[in-house]
This record gives sequence, structure tokens and C-alpha cells, in this order.
Amino acid sequence: MDGSQQTTMRRPAIGGGRSRARLAGCDTFPKVLIANAKDFADRAASREKDLGIWQTWTWSQVLEETKKLAAGLSALGAKRGDKIAIVGDNRPRLYWTMCAAQAIGCIPVPVYQDAIAAEMGFVIDNAAARFAVAEDQEQVDKLLQIKDAHPNLETIVFEDARGMRHYTQPFLLSFDKVQEMGAALLQRDSGFFEREVSLGKGDDIAVMLYTSGTTGQPKGVVLTHTNVLITSLNAAELDNLTENEETLAYLPMAWVGDHVFSLGQSYVAGFAVGCPESGATVMTDLRELGPTYFFAPPRIWENILTTVMIRMEDAGAIKRWLFKRFMDHAKRIGPALLDKKPVGLVDRLLYRLGDLLVYAPLRNTLGFSRIRLAYTAGEAIGPDIFDFYRSLGINVKQLYGMTEASVFICIQPDGEVKPDTVGPPGPEVEVRIEESGEVLFKSPGVFLAYYKNDKATAETKTADGWVRTGDAGFFGADGHLRIVDRAKDVGKLADGTLFAPKYLENKLKFFPYIKEAVAFGAGKDFAAAFINIDLAAVGNWAERNGIVYGGYAELAAHPEVYKLIKGCVEQVNRDLSHETTLAGSQIKRFLVLHKELDADDGELTRTRKVRRNFVQDRYLPLVDALFSGAQRAHVETEVTFEDGRKGRLQADLAIGEAERYPLDPLKKAS
Amino acid sequence: MTSAGGRRIGDVLLKVEDISLSFGGVRALTGVSFDIRAHEIRAIIGPNGAGKSSMLNVINGFYHPQQGKIIFKDIARTDIGPYDAASRGIARTFQNIALFRGMSTLDNIMTGRLLKMKENLFWQALYWGRAKKEEMEHRAVVERIIDFLEIQSIRKVPVGRLPYGLQKRVELGRALAMEPELLLLDEPMAGMNVEEKEDMCRFILDVNDEFGTTIALIEHDMGVVMDISDRVVVLDYGKKIADGTPDEVRGNQAVIDAYLGVKH
Repeated sequence: MDGSQQTTMRRPAIGGGRSRARLAGCDTFPKVLIANAKDFADRAASREKDLGIWQTWTWSQVLEETKKLAAGLSALGAKRGDKIAIVGDNRPRLYWTMCAAQAIGCIPVPVYQDAIAAEMGFVIDNAAARFAVAEDQEQVDKLLQIKDAHPNLETIVFEDARGMRHYTQPFLLSFDKVQEMGAALLQRDSGFFEREVSLGKGDDIAVMLYTSGTTGQPKGVVLTHTNVLITSLNAAELDNLTENEETLAYLPMAWVGDHVFSLGQSYVAGFAVGCPESGATVMTDLRELGPTYFFAPPRIWENILTTVMIRMEDAGAIKRWLFKRFMDHAKRIGPALLDKKPVGLVDRLLYRLGDLLVYAPLRNTLGFSRIRLAYTAGEAIGPDIFDFYRSLGINVKQLYGMTEASVFICIQPDGEVKPDTVGPPGPEVEVRIEESGEVLFKSPGVFLAYYKNDKATAETKTADGWVRTGDAGFFGADGHLRIVDRAKDVGKLADGTLFAPKYLENKLKFFPYIKEAVAFGAGKDFAAAFINIDLAAVGNWAERNGIVYGGYAELAAHPEVYKLIKGCVEQVNRDLSHETTLAGSQIKRFLVLHKELDADDGELTRTRKVRRNFVQDRYLPLVDALFSGAQRAHVETEVTFEDGRKGRLQADLAIGEAERYPLDPLKKAS
Repeated sequence: MTSAGGRRIGDVLLKVEDISLSFGGVRALTGVSFDIRAHEIRAIIGPNGAGKSSMLNVINGFYHPQQGKIIFKDIARTDIGPYDAASRGIARTFQNIALFRGMSTLDNIMTGRLLKMKENLFWQALYWGRAKKEEMEHRAVVERIIDFLEIQSIRKVPVGRLPYGLQKRVELGRALAMEPELLLLDEPMAGMNVEEKEDMCRFILDVNDEFGTTIALIEHDMGVVMDISDRVVVLDYGKKIADGTPDEVRGNQAVIDAYLGVKH
């Protein structure tokens, strides 16, 4: 590894922001709410589309609702330190419940609304929740199912009474009833809310969020008010979020991202959060609301792009021509304009024209007309998808975060946005790369502990406050962090060069022709890869190029297809040659598999992730051939057909050689 | 009397007495009598061609029987048109969906409000004053139905573009927009998969439960019929062969014979 490689980076606090000054002295969210009700009394805080009409609550109204709710919960017997489970889709009332719970010293525990009863039972049990606030009958039914097994759950409050006319259980209460009880309490004791709020401190637990847990049982991540508040403030200042933003809350409330974007940042900056009418109406609601600040994981950005492309295919010839002509221009000019880089006058004028004819109408159709800031995170996003939105003038940026950090670890600042990095550390965040390549961080957002799981806490949090992310990454010359893989999957080539299979595979998969890739190289002299072609994309390409083929295997083995894939692999190698750390792991040899990797054969998981070790064992002769120097390899495998019958498949595969490029770090820095 | 769901079942709402209907030489119905009580779910079952749809058409005034009486809310009548039946509070859906395919879900359900609209075309076109207020009131009712049936996402989608199961739901929505006292459903679950059927059952029970609407339905899925209806009337070759609770009907020999077939 390059000795000069930077391994620690820290960004100081920005400070001096308006929100920070405004909220001096507010160390908990209920205190922020009281400040907002004063500062932004008549500004929108919550919106919800109900019966086809957007209903709005101002900050002062939200405070009133929250007061009644907090008092009501207290009247029901909620005491400081009690956990209150919150289950449902994004609804203003459920967001208010979070703050109401915090106001009386209770701890909100949002639960994934699509969890099955047993999963919900685990959280209710682990958190020892005494109360649950549920959205509707669907959620109440699940809670009733588990209530007997978990007697700690005493009271269930529901928001929407529909279908529950005959539910007579005494522990079931409607949201309105609870607020009524609260109003009565406030009548007797008007200073109740303020008194309770003043008892809260920044170090108190603000929320417990259960990580979805791909391995083993979910863990409850305990975050304090300071964690969420300071992290929200820092990120809001970095991107200049103000009370004028408009957002749509549509991702699960139990996910840390929604908690910070829709609650944390909304409170500190004072902007309005809209809730969609239902899960199925998000795209329509997005368009009506026209958010200025938006978050979506790569999957959603990809889906929106696919919809656009399909609709363009159906458009008339003139529109299609206009779209293609101007989108090509936008891809060349748009990102530069967004990054405020110098652009020639003619190009600028053409872009203006394109904006008038294509980009603005398209943004409007998608609901992105007013968008000022958008984030993507969670997994790698294809550069084509990323560039598409940026070329339209939509400021999509990547960030790197996790529940244990109250989201933000790294954020791309304006003007430094790239598809393959997650940016430099966010304000007040320090990031360190261990010898093993694992990324560690330290920030004001570092979680307190995993609830009732000291062992896991000790494994993740070091004694001096660093948190292990479990991800492997490195800093480029530009100071941006690049996440390459899960740390446990990262290996080394025989000469000690870092080898991150998923990083290579992702780069390969960004080509539309490549559906799946499996990279090998740990302990070997060079990196090599299996490639799965995408039948639709390559088939289409073959048709346009007059290549005749009889089926998947024949197409995959076609010399022209090998040439096509070789081009893709070499492009990946060229990209890698600019990266000091990974330049040595360029792909030397590859082959195109004769069959699609399939979950039925155990080659993929049901969520379509490659099971690398299984594939390696199953195709051992092919792997050996990749590293042996042979020109062809023979393989025979058992396959399972859709109807469950088994058969044997054999093939003689050619092995392709790709050119590798010398390390060229200068180009990246320019 | 209360139903399984805890609803209170009231007095007789509709009574058909000795109904006979024939088309030329074909006898569709012969001397059929039964009643439907307020707030109940009443199923009409029978093999193909038993006269079930004809019976609904008689109740809603589309066919006029040659013989017999129909007493709705204590008023007897034999030959009124569907329009009159509708204005008295009888709404229906059809076996083959009868929606305006080019119109949106919202507009389709809005047409169900037609009978409740008082202002004339002129004022409605101006969309001003009382006409505007009226339109907004009707829209509010329709929005509540859209919310009730959970079809917000297709509010503005032309009905012709919707899958079959959703079209059925829109049709139910339009019938509900009339705020009927008696709702006639002609095979509301035909051609649906299990999940769609479950949804539809829940909506039918909810309609009955929340609005107290009396429902008469024709259905072929016996599981559904036995689960959701309070009483069942069985027709075969235009004659009533059984009438009673699902359990009574299930054990009736004549019904078993009609369904399984016996030598005549």
C-alpha cells in the first residue's frame, strides 16, 4: 500500500449558523419544539394528504397537539424511562407521538411497519415497551397477537379506528381519547408540559432504533438527544437547510434516516414534513408537494429513471429526438453547471434551451421542480443513474452513514460530487482507516450503546470512542472516502495489494450488459472475474449488430460478446488505474458464464446477492483455469429447472484476457 | 337478532312475494318469495341459469315480473324503472363491470352522486355559488369512499387501464356513492384471485358494518357465501329450493342435489 496514503481525516464544526444560534440552550427535541412554536408559529410543520386534500399543521398547532398527547400519555400512567413503541406508516400524529414521548421522559421506539407479528414481538419484548401507538387495525391486530406472550405491553393506542368498531378490549384506546385525557390534565395543571420538558437533558435517551439485522436478531441502537440534535444541526448547516424546505417522509419511521431527515432536521431547521396519502401514492404526492430536499436509496432513483425511459420509448418521434439530443448535451454540461465550473457560452445557451424544452418539464413530471438538495445512500449507485439526475440540474449527492452514527459519517459537499465516493467526513466527524482497511469513525452522533447487549457494544465501540463500521474503505487523493466492501470480504492478492471483490463487481455491474459478476483474487497473483451477461441488454445489442444466436449459452460464448465484455472490463481497469490503493487489483482474466447465476441453484441468495464461496466451489475448474493460463476450460454442473427437476449442463468456455493499465493517480486529482 | 359480527339486524326491508318472470316461453322465475331484513347480508345462490341475476334485475326494476309483488320499505310496487329504484335507495353492481372506461376513478364514483345533485346543468357549468358548494360536498363524500376502499393511488387513473379486481372495487365505490339502503352485488368476486377476494370480503363486511347498509349478493364461491352472509336463499331452475342460515342451507338435501346433480 502507498505509504503516503491518508488514513485519518477530520472536519471541524462549521459553526456560526442561524439554527445553532436560534437553538442555543435547547438540548432536547421538546425544547426545540417550544422554540419553533415561538419562532415559526405560523409556518407549516406537518402536512398530510387526507381525503384528497393536503392538511397542514403549523409549528404552534403541532406544539398544542403534542402537549395534549404528552399529557394524555402521562395520564395513562407513562413514567419517565418507559418505552413507547410506535408502529405505522409515516403519519404526522406518529411523529408528534415521538416528541410527546420525549417530552415526558419516555423513549420512543419506532418499529418497522411491515414487520410480522413475531418480529414486532421481539422488539416489544427486548425494549420492554409498556405502550404502543399504532396506526390502524392492521398494526393493532399484530400487537394483539403478541400481547399475551409479552405482558409488559399494557396499553395500545390507535390512530385510525376503521374496522375496529367491535374491539372492546379495555387496554385499547383511540388517539383522540388519549388527547382528550391530556386536555383534561392540562386544564387542571397548565404548566405540566413545560415542567416535564424542563426535566429533560441532552444526555437523556432520545430514541431507540432497531437495526434491521441481516445477521441474527436486531439490535436496539440507543441514541441520545445530543446525538441526534448535533448531528442534524451539523448536516443542516453544511447544506444550508432552512425553514423554507419542503420534504416528503415516505421511508420507514423506524429507519434512522427518516428519524434524522423527517424529525431531527425538520425540528432544528424548522421545515415542513409532508406525509403521503398512502404507500402507493408517493409518486403523485411527490409531484404535488414539490419537495426541495429529498432522500432516496439508489433503488428508487433507478426505478424513477426506468419509468422515464419506458415512457420516452412510447413518445412520438420528435419528442424522442428532442429528448435524446438534449439529454446528451445535459450529460456533457449539466454536472459542470451544477458544480459551478466554467462552461462555454454556446453550451450554456443550449442548456438553457434544453431546460425550457426538456429538463424543466421532466423535472416537473417527476416532482423535482423545486429540488435543491437530494441524497442517496445505502449502496453503490450506478454512475449513469447518478449522472442522469445531476445533468438535469438535480443536486443529488452521496452520503455515508449508519444508525450507530445518527446517520452522517461522510457527506459530499456541493461542488465535489462524484458517483464513486461518499465524500469527506461530515462536520465534527473524524474517520480513521485501520491497517486492515476497516473504516472507523468518531463523532457527536456516536450511539450510547446497543440496548441490553453489552457484548455487541464492546465489539463495535472501542474504549476511546471509535466505532467500527464493518466496512472497508480508503481515502482517495481528493480526500473523499470510498467504501469498497464489507471488511470481512476484503482480501489481498499474493503481492499484498488490496483486493475488494464487491468494489470490482459493482463497477462491472454498472454496465447494462453485465447482470452479475463474481471477482476472485484473494491470495492469487492477479484478479479475475466471472461475468453474467444481461440477456435483455446483450440480446438487444446482438440484434442491432446482426449477431445470430440460439440461446443464452450460445450468446454468452459468442466471440463478439467476449469483445464487448472485454471493453467493459478494460474500462473498469482504466478507472481502477486512477486509484492508488486498488490499481493493483485490475482484472487480468475473465470468462462469461454459460448460465445465469440463480437462487434456485443456491448461487444467489433470495435477495439476489452472490454467494461468492459457493460459486467458487461449484465452478472450481473454471476458477482454476482463470489462474492457470489455460485458454479454454470445461465445466459440468447440475442445474435445477423451474419445476424442480434436475439436469446436467456442460460447457466449454473461452477465457478472455483484458489489458491492464499502469497506475495514474494524477488524472483523478484534476 | 344480531349477526355474527355483532350487527343488529332490523325489520324486513324488502320482500318479494310470489314472483314469476318469463321471457316468451322461458320461465326464469317461478313463484319465488323471500325477504331481506335491514342491515343483513343476504346471499342468493344457485347453479348457472337458476335465475339469480334475473332476481336482482327484478328487485332493481330492470325487469318487470308478470306476477308477484315487491315490497320495499312497506311500499308495494311492481313496475317501476331502475331510475326510480335507485332514487328510493337501491344501488347495484354488475356481473360484467359497467363503468365508464375512459373516465377516471374519481369521475366514475362521482356519477354515483348524480341522483343527489340538485342544481341544474347551467349552474353546475358555471361552478359558482350553491352549485360550487354542492359539488364540494359531493366530492367530500366521494373522497371518503375512496379512502374507505383504499383506492387513493388510482384516483385520477382512467378506469379502463385498471386491473379487473380494482375495477370491481371502483364499481362498488360508485354504488356506495348513492348512499343506498339496499346494495345489490352481482358476483362481486368473480374472476378474482384469493387475495383480491379476501380484500373484497373485508370491504363488503366493512360497508355493512360501518354504514349499516343492507346487502344482497350473488356469489359462486361457497366459502365466501358461508363466511360472510347471515342468510342464504337458494334458487334452482327459477324456483326457491331452500332459505335459511348458511348452516341450514349447507345441510339441505335439495341444495346438495341441485349442486351435485341427481337423476331427474
